[in-house]
Amino acid sequence: MEDVIYNNLNYPIITWTVFLPVLGAIIVLLLRSATAIRWTSLIVTGLTFIISLPLLTGFDKTTHKMQFVEWHQWIPSWGINYFVGIDGISILFILLTTLLSILSVLVSWKAIANKAKEFHISILIMEAGMLGVFVSLDFFLFYIFWEAMLIPMFLLIGVWGGENRVYAAVKFFLYTLIGSVLMLVGIVVLYFTGGETLNILALSSEQYSLNLQFWLFLAFFAAFAVKVPMFPFHTWLPDAHTEAPTAGSVILAGVLLKMGAYGFLRFSMPMFPDATMMFLKPIMILSVIAIIYGALVCLAQKDLKRLIAYSSVSHMGFVTLGIFALNTQGVEGGILQMLNHGIITGALFLMIGIIYERTHTRKIADYGGFAGLVPWYAGFFIVLTFASIGLPGMNGFIGEFLIIFGAFRAKMVYGVLAATGIILGAGYMLWLYQRVFFEKADTERWATGDHKVWDLDMREIITLVPLIILIFWVGFYPEVFLSYMHTSVAHLLENINQTNYAGGDHLLTRLITGIF
Amino acid sequence: MDVTFSLGLQDISAIMPELAMISVGLLLLMLDLVVKRKEIIAIIGVAGALVALYGTVSVYGMSESQTVFADMFLLDKYSCFFKIIFYLNVIFTICISFKYMAIEKAAFGEYYALLLFATAGMMIMASAADLMILYLGLELMALSTYILAGLLRKQARSNEAAVKYFFLGAFSSAFLLYGIALTYGMTGTTNITDIATSLFTLGIHDSPVMYLGVIFMIVAFGFKVALVPFHMWAPDVYEGAPTSITAFMSVGPKAAGFAVLGRVLFEAFGSMQPQWSAVLVPLAILTMVVGSVIALAQSNIKRMLAYSSIAHAGYMLLGIIAGTPEGLTSTINYLMIYTFMNIGAFTIVIMLRREGFQGENIEDYMGLAKSHPMASALMLIFMFSLTGIPPTAGFIGKFYVFMEAINAGYTYLAIIAALFSVVSAFFYLRIVVYMYMKEPQNEIVLTTSGPAGIVLAITCLAVLIIGIFPSILLSLANFSILG
Repeated sequence: MEDVIYNNLNYPIITWTVFLPVLGAIIVLLLRSATAIRWTSLIVTGLTFIISLPLLTGFDKTTHKMQFVEWHQWIPSWGINYFVGIDGISILFILLTTLLSILSVLVSWKAIANKAKEFHISILIMEAGMLGVFVSLDFFLFYIFWEAMLIPMFLLIGVWGGENRVYAAVKFFLYTLIGSVLMLVGIVVLYFTGGETLNILALSSEQYSLNLQFWLFLAFFAAFAVKVPMFPFHTWLPDAHTEAPTAGSVILAGVLLKMGAYGFLRFSMPMFPDATMMFLKPIMILSVIAIIYGALVCLAQKDLKRLIAYSSVSHMGFVTLGIFALNTQGVEGGILQMLNHGIITGALFLMIGIIYERTHTRKIADYGGFAGLVPWYAGFFIVLTFASIGLPGMNGFIGEFLIIFGAFRAKMVYGVLAATGIILGAGYMLWLYQRVFFEKADTERWATGDHKVWDLDMREIITLVPLIILIFWVGFYPEVFLSYMHTSVAHLLENINQTNYAGGDHLLTRLITGIF
Repeated sequence: MDVTFSLGLQDISAIMPELAMISVGLLLLMLDLVVKRKEIIAIIGVAGALVALYGTVSVYGMSESQTVFADMFLLDKYSCFFKIIFYLNVIFTICISFKYMAIEKAAFGEYYALLLFATAGMMIMASAADLMILYLGLELMALSTYILAGLLRKQARSNEAAVKYFFLGAFSSAFLLYGIALTYGMTGTTNITDIATSLFTLGIHDSPVMYLGVIFMIVAFGFKVALVPFHMWAPDVYEGAPTSITAFMSVGPKAAGFAVLGRVLFEAFGSMQPQWSAVLVPLAILTMVVGSVIALAQSNIKRMLAYSSIAHAGYMLLGIIAGTPEGLTSTINYLMIYTFMNIGAFTIVIMLRREGFQGENIEDYMGLAKSHPMASALMLIFMFSLTGIPPTAGFIGKFYVFMEAINAGYTYLAIIAALFSVVSAFFYLRIVVYMYMKEPQNEIVLTTSGPAGIVLAITCLAVLIIGIFPSILLSLANFSILG
């Protein structure tokens, strides 16, 4: 058996965390009244969060080994097991997921009136799927969670989304599925070359030939690059984010997008270190393009939600840039920035959902002067704007700083180009703030009559406050969060840097000679 | 060859399930004259199938296979596995037929008798140890299904289905006979194990005549399982036949076709594996491509499911192409899973049919989730299972055949299959989109019945349980492996 630390609590904590939402979904299935359904979902997501807390407190930061591990036989004839555990890379995502799930239930309290039962079942199944992806240490289990997530997300976008929801949902589903099935073929090939096992730790410690690494990296890249999404595989994202209901956007931006980058960290880099080196340059270039292109496209958006959606492309460009800088600052910054992006963009989508419930418009031009109409709302929004820009003292700054630091260490030109992305980011966010909250208010439309907008209520403030606290917490004392990753990241980098890849391989030639 | 032969008790006991099927079928024909309520006939039919099921299950655990009737009939685990599929198929079909046939005003007692005869034919095919017996079973199955397809005699499309199926079926039978004749000419026997021995002792597995014989048989079986380009009959027949019969045909004859394909190719022509795999590879690719792509353009759900069943035959073929015992296991595993998910989907299709409303257009599913959340949720599960999305059984089926194809070195086939299952996702998703994401056009009333509800419960549970705990089915399939 591998070198792991088995769960020494007297209950299977990971299994409880992952499957409690499934249990909740079954309970919701049996309920009739919408109020009961909402409260049950809230209690279940809340309980899941509480159950997941001991992971944080009981985590041993001094080791890179998998912790809280559970292992059971599952499909013996294929050598597949129920094998779960967490390390410094995955732990924070679990907490992020359990936290954001509560908020998605809260924010949908009034917004979802139609088919409330199906909605909450989808949210709960979704939560289980996301948690499962982060804890799986067996590829088969991982793939099941990875794909099973598609069904509830497809429904969330397609049933409760905006006008173009069906198009966006189908596009999201097919894009992700194409990437996933290629990864599936890659997984099966790994299964046979790695000695008929799908144990991720065992497969990571194997050595693969350069040619095999090349093809497997490509197969996995198909799945992860779509999920991140990296330029030019990002086109599903603006549609999906824009059309999804608020809770869907929060989950998409907060957690789903992180899975691609998580996949690179967990699978592609440790398993195919030589291929990682081979693909380093194109990925870095694509990341820089994503940063700048995403920011430029933001400047041209007329739709509030679409603007934030495109900003995700830019922010995720930072993440992949940091991860593939392959040094401590870059990778840690990348992981931290994933969390930050989940918090900030998640909160921004919450904010947009909140204001949309009042105004029923997402057109930036319809807004203006809202600082006077909804001062509390404006206050929260400016915090998020600054956090997104990366103002010191807030979490965005820490993440972006570390990433750019890492990028400079890797190669100066990437650092310089990425830094321009930050400037553009300040540009589109501040300009957005100006157009929505300053300028002259259409008081006739928004201050009187049917469309009168009201300020944040208690439920909404409760939804937002945890995220605001996290923004400043990470901003002022990031070490609390970074300390979880240090050993795991160091171990990962140590593995990759052992590669004896000499370079000089030309990707295109390899691709063409491989096919023909 | 020595042909002294006496009928022993052992011979009779080995064919008890088949005898039960046929005698209950005959009984139903006579009862039909006196019994007015057709439900009673249906119930007796189910009872007959259950008795046969009991008979098969009780010999399933036997230590070794037995050949009876002078090496004509073989009782082994492989055939038992298929017989389970056939029983499930016929029981499910009878259960969903009760109300449907009454709505179609075609509640004939013969209907149930023919279902049992067709099933007996499939069982004989699965158990055939001799090509002549195989042919006999195939014709019994085929003739019964020709009549069943044309049972709605007042509807032109049902007649068209029967005639088309009959003519093309007769044509494919001719191919089979030709293939058998060539094989007999070369090896001097029609016994499946003897053919394998002769191929070896005579050293003729490279002879072009043998190639031709094998290819002819592949054509004939390919017709039954609807491989492209022998699939032309499927869409019209599926659309024209009564929906319950479409469900029956999409599983039974397909499974029987794969049973004999596996039996003949692996046991008789095992030494020619590289040759027949090479023939099957282009067929599999064509089947997956044509099935998934043409299904995109269908607006009638029965036609869509017809093309979907063609595409599935392509995936199943991957296991056979692999040419290994594990490959064959993956195919029979897929067939069992396919039985559950496909009949489940057809049960929902049948429920939409009511007096004066066909309910066969995809548009008829608009807004179903609003009025019938339960039925829609079930259909959603079946659609995702047919696509192959975990945690449903459909994923396990696909994963296993991909795995065996890759293990045998056919990685490119697995990639093609994976990509075309994305294409197929598009038309399965469309049903989900119509159910959940469109507003209802007109009021939808479902024709529900107790037996159909039971079928839905069983199929849905099977799809989910196999999807999450595949070991149950995998060990059964592994246990039932040939040889």
